Amino acid sequence: MQPSTTQIDRRPVAGIVGYSAYLPAYRLQRGEIAAAVGSSARGVRCVAGYDEDSTTLGVAAALPVVRGREPAVGSVWFATTDPVYADKTNATAVHAALELQPGIVAADLGATLRSGIVALLTAARDGGLAVLADRRGGPAGGADEREGADAAAAFLFGEQDPLAYVTSTASVTAEFIDRWRAPGAPDGAAWEERFGEQRYAELADQLLAQLSSAGVELGGVCRFAVTGINARAVRTVTSAVRKATGAEPEGGDLPDIVGNAGAAQAGLALADLLDTARAGEMLLLISLADGADALVLRATDAIAGRRGEPLRAQVDHGVTIGYPQYLLWRERLAAERPRRPDPDRPSAPFAWRNRQYKLSMTGGRCRKCGAVQFPLPRVCYQCHTADEFGPVSASGQTARIVTFTVDRLAFSLSPPLVSAIVAFDQGGRLQCELTDVRQPLGVGDEVVPTFRRGATIGGIRNYIWKARPVYPATSVAPGPAGAGRES
Amino acid sequence: MAQHGLSDRVAIISMGCTRFAEHFDRSADELAIDAVTEALDGAGLACDDIDAFWLGTYVSGISGMALARPLRLTGKPVTRVENMCATGSEALRAAVYAVACGAVDVAMAVGVEKLKDSGYAGLISPKTQDDGTRVNTSAPANFSLLAPAYQQRYGVTPELFRAAMTHVAWKNHANGALNPRAQFRKEVSKESIERSPAVAGELGVMDCSGVADGAAAAIVTRAEDAPKYTGTPLYIKALSLVTGDGSGAADPRYDYTSFPEVVHCAREAYAQAGITDPRRELALAEVHDCFTPTEIVLMEDLGFARRGNAWRDILDGVYDRDGELPVNPDGGLKSFGHPVGASGLRMIYECWLQLRGQAGARQVATADRGLALTQNLGGAPGDCVCFISVVGSRPG
Repeated sequence: MQPSTTQIDRRPVAGIVGYSAYLPAYRLQRGEIAAAVGSSARGVRCVAGYDEDSTTLGVAAALPVVRGREPAVGSVWFATTDPVYADKTNATAVHAALELQPGIVAADLGATLRSGIVALLTAARDGGLAVLADRRGGPAGGADEREGADAAAAFLFGEQDPLAYVTSTASVTAEFIDRWRAPGAPDGAAWEERFGEQRYAELADQLLAQLSSAGVELGGVCRFAVTGINARAVRTVTSAVRKATGAEPEGGDLPDIVGNAGAAQAGLALADLLDTARAGEMLLLISLADGADALVLRATDAIAGRRGEPLRAQVDHGVTIGYPQYLLWRERLAAERPRRPDPDRPSAPFAWRNRQYKLSMTGGRCRKCGAVQFPLPRVCYQCHTADEFGPVSASGQTARIVTFTVDRLAFSLSPPLVSAIVAFDQGGRLQCELTDVRQPLGVGDEVVPTFRRGATIGGIRNYIWKARPVYPATSVAPGPAGAGRES
Repeated sequence: MAQHGLSDRVAIISMGCTRFAEHFDRSADELAIDAVTEALDGAGLACDDIDAFWLGTYVSGISGMALARPLRLTGKPVTRVENMCATGSEALRAAVYAVACGAVDVAMAVGVEKLKDSGYAGLISPKTQDDGTRVNTSAPANFSLLAPAYQQRYGVTPELFRAAMTHVAWKNHANGALNPRAQFRKEVSKESIERSPAVAGELGVMDCSGVADGAAAAIVTRAEDAPKYTGTPLYIKALSLVTGDGSGAADPRYDYTSFPEVVHCAREAYAQAGITDPRRELALAEVHDCFTPTEIVLMEDLGFARRGNAWRDILDGVYDRDGELPVNPDGGLKSFGHPVGASGLRMIYECWLQLRGQAGARQVATADRGLALTQNLGGAPGDCVCFISVVGSRPG
């Protein structure tokens, strides 16, 4: 196979106008996993809560990026190796939760490791939103389970005042067997890493040649990152790129402190690059998956003011869970069934009628008396006026706990169920589940809405908005303290 | 437009009530037959003598046929009613109104529930088809919301509030221990109440009412016809029902320290019955002690205690069987058990016994007070229905 050295002209739009990475709250010591199979390991992996899946992780990453820019989002490209549905598109739930315009495309890119970088390249071409979200695991005690991670990142591309220009992209494609998994199977497989290492080394050379011939001054690269599931290949290619550019690699420690988030890993690496980039710096992101893909960016003056919560601040902000808890959450161990009837299958017509509340957390404000209520009612509870409401979204708003309870009897994917009445600062009160509770709760505690999964019944995954307490980074207690993590 | 009381136009002439228990050996049909038969025998009547029937059941039957079938009622109007925990009371309400308006001469209200066939420990409520968005909290969790809110509003320490919750459970078990028809017929120490396994919030198992099977029945006639059947009828002084609009969770004015539905319902009931000082005029009250904090809050909503003071009254023994106003002398939902559709009529049954001096070892003083109150609450704080009746042993 001959490398292509001529770039087909698919000029990207100006650049990235917003980005965000999301690490779920939980951390698992790899040593604990390894010990279960008589082995040892260093480092930590990031673990999604029992109520998070690739769709909710994607929403969590994308919400801060999209908020206030909904009309500017031209498309949604969703990348994961762990889709909730086949046949049915997963990006549509992301689109709904983000309250995006109906008149755009929202699509999944297939359950492949390459889909993450492809989402970035595709969104870069059409001013779209790339949502990279993944939950990675494998056979109990094995390398994939230890080294995987659950995480997400989102990038919005556009013309208007980008924080980094996309100066070039490049792709090389090759068919060979390195990593594979049957559709729907929980566990994947790998060929001997050295085989893939060689292939990716060749592909990276071709990729760099393609960039050079497209006019990219490799010596001008200030920071770069290489990602991929084949750790040997990533190390080898990192050395080669360092040699070719003279720049220092970034994010080489992410696999040890976060893990490898599969299709989302390129997103984490890019977010990490952008978190520390200074105006004018040239950045290079390379992904190794069934080929090699590159994204070359130049940070602008806008970058300093446009960053979200840095990835590394989230890395240090986790709660450690035990390995049995992980296995229960992943349903690798069958937990005792709650002594309550299983919930009913969510009604599709009901959910569709209720979509603005169910998926977008939208209610109404009475035009007569101003009372805010969820979901949008026909009749105001306060002044009894009918059908006079303006839309109000609770997504992104802060609320306070009015009263709460820990329910040891109700059905929950991870008992006990913690619920609260929460009052939004902008008005409106509702009852919802709380999640990611790390400390004892109190009346008046600040919470924010978060999009989560409920039970899956008859193959239908129930999505709901919950609320999670907001903790200042310094006050987090180490270790389990709240919902779902009590012995 | 206004509601109007019935001014002693209708009287209860006979009642029946099964023991409330885990009746694994009896069906809902059999329990209904037992309660109905006891009521009929007490008045010397047969099924054919009853002009109309109302069956209250929450989950144990659909339509009036759930009563007509087991009793083989032929050619009779039989209607099933449901209003959550006020279901049994709703059956009584319908029967009383049918007699009061002159449509029938003799009507029967039956409440029956079979909860222990489900295989689950708590109450399993029927649900309409929905999309799974609503938080599916349990009943104890819903009512547990009262405890922190009350403590915060009135500055009551968790320890004192816990002591009041414990006293409610202790008192009602002590009362139930004297009641041969109660589900739990033994006293429970305060220590074991406080050590019981956690269920929701501050509530332990011993803060929750008993889940039971059971049935109860009442026969009503016009007051002037009552002497044909009994020398000691019970007169309907007030029937009041308030159905909440479910806005509690949404409405910032609602603070989870009260049931506004109960306050409205009590105001209406007292107006109908001419009661101005319930704590001193009632001989007893049978209230909906589904969970111990509920009884605390109800003492205030029903006007038995000043706001913020019920916990103190409870600890002072005001509502004990020998206190100023005995509350739940039959053991309440807590120890008599709570077969949902039967509970409202079970409360009336205790009034029937107490006001007629037939309550045996748990008889309360009725010499100076001839009125009794029953109250049901269905739903959750901020989203409930409330029923209140006042019955009396003397007309006028």
